[in-house]
Amino acid sequence: MNARRKLVDRFWIAFTLVALVLALAPLASIIYYVTVKGLAALNISFFTHNFSQVGTEGGIANALQGTFLVVLLASAIGVPTGVLSGVYVAEYGSKRYGEIVRFLADVLVGIPSIVTGILIYSTLVLSLPAPFRGYTAFAGGVALGFMEIPIVSNTTSEALRTVPNSLREASAALGVRKWRATLVIMANALSGVTTGILLATARIAGETAPLLLTALGSTRGFQGWFQAMETMTLFIFQNATSGTPFLVEQAWGASFILLITVLGINIIVRIVTRRRTTFV
Amino acid sequence: MSSEAERLAAGKDGVAVSQEPDTTSVAKTKTLVEVQGLNAWYGPQQILSGVSMQFSSNRVTAIIGPSGCGKSTLVRCINRLHELVPNAKLTGSILLDGADIYGPQVDPVDVRRRIGMVFQKPNPFPNMSIRDNVVAGLKLAGVRDKKKLDEVAKSALQKAFLWDEVKDKLSNSGASISGGQQQRLCIARALAVEPEVLLMDEPCSALDPTATAKIEDLVITLKRNYTVIIVTHNMQQASRVADYTAFMYLGKLIEYDETASMFETPKEALTERYITGKFG
Repeated sequence: MNARRKLVDRFWIAFTLVALVLALAPLASIIYYVTVKGLAALNISFFTHNFSQVGTEGGIANALQGTFLVVLLASAIGVPTGVLSGVYVAEYGSKRYGEIVRFLADVLVGIPSIVTGILIYSTLVLSLPAPFRGYTAFAGGVALGFMEIPIVSNTTSEALRTVPNSLREASAALGVRKWRATLVIMANALSGVTTGILLATARIAGETAPLLLTALGSTRGFQGWFQAMETMTLFIFQNATSGTPFLVEQAWGASFILLITVLGINIIVRIVTRRRTTFV
Repeated sequence: MSSEAERLAAGKDGVAVSQEPDTTSVAKTKTLVEVQGLNAWYGPQQILSGVSMQFSSNRVTAIIGPSGCGKSTLVRCINRLHELVPNAKLTGSILLDGADIYGPQVDPVDVRRRIGMVFQKPNPFPNMSIRDNVVAGLKLAGVRDKKKLDEVAKSALQKAFLWDEVKDKLSNSGASISGGQQQRLCIARALAVEPEVLLMDEPCSALDPTATAKIEDLVITLKRNYTVIIVTHNMQQASRVADYTAFMYLGKLIEYDETASMFETPKEALTERYITGKFG
């Protein structure tokens, strides 16, 4: 009997190990391929030249600039709105309204990004008055910002919920005003909130579909918010589908840079949020 | 009930003159907190039914009774913490120094500044230093004067018998000290905002006997300057620290008397059965 139990036990351990390998294999192969193929494309000119589909001198200079700016605008919209909405859900919303906001955020997170893209396309790209109309960096930032709001809202409210209620009661019992008490709770949830913001930023930095309908892509650097703009993901898309070996190689190079940027930010934030934080 | 208990329970003309030989307390006592016909609910479940009683200033009053008898809810009504629980409601009134704390013009934040609370489980703010924990109530109310905060921190820690143990590590985290020290830190935090009443909801239930003895000594000295209402599971604790003891059962106040009379000659059969360990 005992021997059989041990056998069953071993079987399950082996089974979960196999599943673990299967789960990690795609991740490992992505990192492996992107690193090997990407490193081959890297040289100085890759970082100093703009996107170009002719010749052999193109690079990611304007794509890096564009991703940075578009994500910056998106975060300027998405982070404050998302954080405040998450604070409302976790700390203020009566049970009913909190649940409604929470449900809406869940639905919004699940909206395919191309749908957000077409909404911004039909409004900002097609219908704005003259100098602002058309494919613009602004429209790209707004589209990504809309996507970022519900993600940040959900991760913020989740992080706040992990703070024990005893700390809310401790502040309340001291006669602390609700908004100040909320700052104390925020300070205790800061690492979770920051991680959520980071994940949301990384997620939208990797978006392509809404940008095809908004920022469009460009061979020039930043020309103003109401001009088309290249981004890293547009660069990867355009180059990878070009069929030209040199350009495909550049797509791998850009993928590698995108990957290590996201990983790098992740690691930095993890180190920074380990410290004790307080707002008051 | 004795005439003393009748007077306390009925809430008429609340000038109580203490009869017991009391060496630690020199202040004259009066009725500071008066509960009148208090009913409280969580959702559909009624927790308190028609509780009326008076608490004398500069005295320690213990509230005893089996789990679920409503003793914690009673103290949570006295500092208006009860209403923070979703679906909680109450009827009746509670007077602090003659004024109804549930009056229409009354700000619950002001009530909670005058009536401090210490909880069952020590709940220091883990992201704040020991010193900042003590002065959290003041800092969160906008006090910025560093010198004053340092003075308050020292005097509150001294009142809580904790100063000597932590004076060399005031900048360490409030969560870095032992459970008993954390609970005294929470008492210091409550005292730092200079309340008139200190509510203690089973403050020793998470502590070992040594830490419990320290808190009990502290409670006895606190009545020089404060009115203490302590909820306890532990009848020995009530007899050690309290001038008056109230016995509650199923949401009702069964008996309320001087502690000595209560334990030596209980008037109610139910009280006698409880204090002799026949139930509860």
